[in-house]
Amino acid sequence: MLLRGAVNSRVHLLTRNAPIKQLQCLKPRLWSRSVSVSQAPGSDHVRFPGAVNSKFTSQMRFARPSDQATIDTYRVMDSDGVVVDKSWSLDVDNDEVVRWYKDMLTAVSVMDGIMFEAQRQGRLSFYMVSAGEEGIAVGSASALTPDDSVFCQYREQGVFKYRGFTLKDFMSQLFANKDDPGRGRNMPVHYGSQKLKTYTISSPLATQIPQAAGAAYALKLQSLRDPDIPPRVVICYFGEGAASEGDFHAALNVAATRKCPVIFLCRNNGYAISTPTLEQYTGDGIASRGVGYGINTIRVDGNDILAVRAATQEARRLALEDGGRPVLIEAMSYRVSHHSTSDDSFAYRARVEVEDWKRRDNPISRLRKWMELRGIWSEELEKTTRADIRKEVLQAFKEAETEAKPPLSSMFTDIYEELTEEQEEQRRELRRIIEKYPEEYDLHEFDGGIKGL
Amino acid sequence: MALHLPPRICRTLTSRAYSTTVSSPAARLNLPVDYRATPLLHHSATSLFSTPEFAKAKGPTKRINLYQAINSALRSALAESDKVLLFGEDVAFGGVFRCSVDLQTEFGSERVFNTPLTEQGIVGFAIGAAAEGMKPVAEIQFADYVFPAFDQLVNEAAKFRFREGATGANVGGLVVRMPCGAVGHGGLYHSQSPEAVFTHIPGLRVVMPRSPSQAKGLLLSAILESNDPVVFMEPKILYRAAVEHVPVDAYTLPLSKADIIKPGKDVTIISYGQPLYRCSQAIAQAEKDMPGVGVELIDLRTIYPWDRPTILESVRKTGRAIIVHESMQNAGVGAEVAATIQEHAFLSLEAPVKRIAGWSTHSSLLYEPFNVPDVARIYNAIKESLEY
Repeated sequence: MLLRGAVNSRVHLLTRNAPIKQLQCLKPRLWSRSVSVSQAPGSDHVRFPGAVNSKFTSQMRFARPSDQATIDTYRVMDSDGVVVDKSWSLDVDNDEVVRWYKDMLTAVSVMDGIMFEAQRQGRLSFYMVSAGEEGIAVGSASALTPDDSVFCQYREQGVFKYRGFTLKDFMSQLFANKDDPGRGRNMPVHYGSQKLKTYTISSPLATQIPQAAGAAYALKLQSLRDPDIPPRVVICYFGEGAASEGDFHAALNVAATRKCPVIFLCRNNGYAISTPTLEQYTGDGIASRGVGYGINTIRVDGNDILAVRAATQEARRLALEDGGRPVLIEAMSYRVSHHSTSDDSFAYRARVEVEDWKRRDNPISRLRKWMELRGIWSEELEKTTRADIRKEVLQAFKEAETEAKPPLSSMFTDIYEELTEEQEEQRRELRRIIEKYPEEYDLHEFDGGIKGL
Repeated sequence: MALHLPPRICRTLTSRAYSTTVSSPAARLNLPVDYRATPLLHHSATSLFSTPEFAKAKGPTKRINLYQAINSALRSALAESDKVLLFGEDVAFGGVFRCSVDLQTEFGSERVFNTPLTEQGIVGFAIGAAAEGMKPVAEIQFADYVFPAFDQLVNEAAKFRFREGATGANVGGLVVRMPCGAVGHGGLYHSQSPEAVFTHIPGLRVVMPRSPSQAKGLLLSAILESNDPVVFMEPKILYRAAVEHVPVDAYTLPLSKADIIKPGKDVTIISYGQPLYRCSQAIAQAEKDMPGVGVELIDLRTIYPWDRPTILESVRKTGRAIIVHESMQNAGVGAEVAATIQEHAFLSLEAPVKRIAGWSTHSSLLYEPFNVPDVARIYNAIKESLEY
């Protein structure tokens, strides 16, 4: 992009045989932006088009990151579950809070433990746990409406759970059986559901961020045109590592300039696989960047589900204000678990550090303390709930594991809306080969066997 | 192209060494394309309506060039469906090639707008809008600059429907337009034709029109009728040079359907985009020099998924095939076409399938006339194929 100048000069070359009239009417329009900005005598600034409010100074002073105050971390309750934000009040009934708690337990604590083990036993090809980030997922999801669209990265099981993903939905995807909407094409944990307005997860990091901006722009236009469509926002989740990708930069900039009602929610858990944040960036986290893009930004305590919910509720309101605009939330947490089942995190961080975080603070224990202080939870409830969830998870696990795989033809469908002539030929060729060498292929798991191709 | 320039500029151009139209004073084959006389363009409405695809078309026609045809298609699409959005770098004032001129005034800044200068952002944004049911038409200013968006196109747009599966979500409404191809002096980064890198990606449709009437119909198909993401490549050298009669009203032309421009019985030439004009010149000279010889010229139009039956039927008839394209030979479109012909029409072949393409080098400034397939190379290929 360094050679944009060259592009511009190309424009002149390519338009040199344009009708003279066209070129003439082009020029004044381009110039008009800079006509009225000449410096008035004695003015303390010139309205340079690139920074119209900047004033002159005769002091040569570099803006240093170290001079800026570190952005605060908003919390509602402390690590003992005691509310410290006096302005906060519960805006839902107790049952709703208990639901959040159960969703965190189900989607993360219990299911994660069982599936991680299942992968270790070779019954599942891959798994990613999200211990430590349950509060971010469930807390933010609880602040949205079912019509809001969601783009995830991959460590947001709680979002799917809160929006209505059932254990059967999780397990069908994890075991890639015939009930998996992804038709067995995606790795485990790449969930998706259009019924729940939650796009299917893709592995390339940060690609979903500019997509979320475009989706938000579409929702904004649709609501503007049809007053029967209530205003909606898009929420987009990503980790602090993904925020180093060019797509993050592209997305925040395009969302700000096009005024898209999108909430960018960064899960800053301290690590991108083995890379600590010290090697990811040197600025004040991700939040400090939002301001640079002209985006309203907040940093919250990701272990405090009440804070995450409150911040997301306010972000949603802000995102829809004045015709729409993006908001950035940086939710601080700690990745208690390994990155994935393919990772042993003790190769790059001390076991004691992890144990410390596990013991000191986590979103589940913090909400539990809050609920116990309020008298709506107890050791007894905790025990029976955990046991019940465990039973349900194991039941769904068993059913999904033995369910047939999708038909073999799924490898060719949905690439284009219809099969191409070339794909049709290749599908027939694969079938011919399998029929010719039946002993070379095991089709017993696939729905319909060879007939499914 | 030089013929369309005012005389003063014309003189300057022909005296320079870096124009594609420069040829030796003694040249008989490598003459500049005369767009005012080429049979590839419809110089009258009668000619337009005499082709099978336009036979049923009615209504007035207008002589316009390729950028005006693109503009007309975009205007029709924006008027036809309020789902259509048009955006990219410098699109609002009309575009650096004038393709979007006046469209923001007519349809408003919410539907026709500039984006920040970020190709990955433009395509990512378009994918998101398409996922929510819109029909975004994203512009990449030059095909040379599509590579920052490669990840979004390959890993996201192309795989979106596949990975969503039964959820039904898709980005079928997406069209990514980009000017491509040699322009005489575009050097490394204003000349490329990266179509082959997209034809290797299942899930994308890759389209390149050869003329204004083709451009309008194919672009309207891509925007309004295709439910698959389309990469629409516009040969920028034709923006102003190719002028012909085009129906004023909206119409569509089928995707993944080749067009037999000129029937023939002895050799099949398969090409797309601007090289078709050189093929046409080479064919005229070859048929003059070798009386009785008939060369069939086919425009692929959609480069992927391409119309294999039409090409195979032609080669089975002629027994000889030449594929011509501007982008480099190695793993180019010609490789796939040639391999498919060899597999499916082996017994009909009378000569090896020939590929006339850019050499396996970069599109550099001074050497363009020696790199893009010229009339001499195509003429020679016809002769050698027939004499094999």
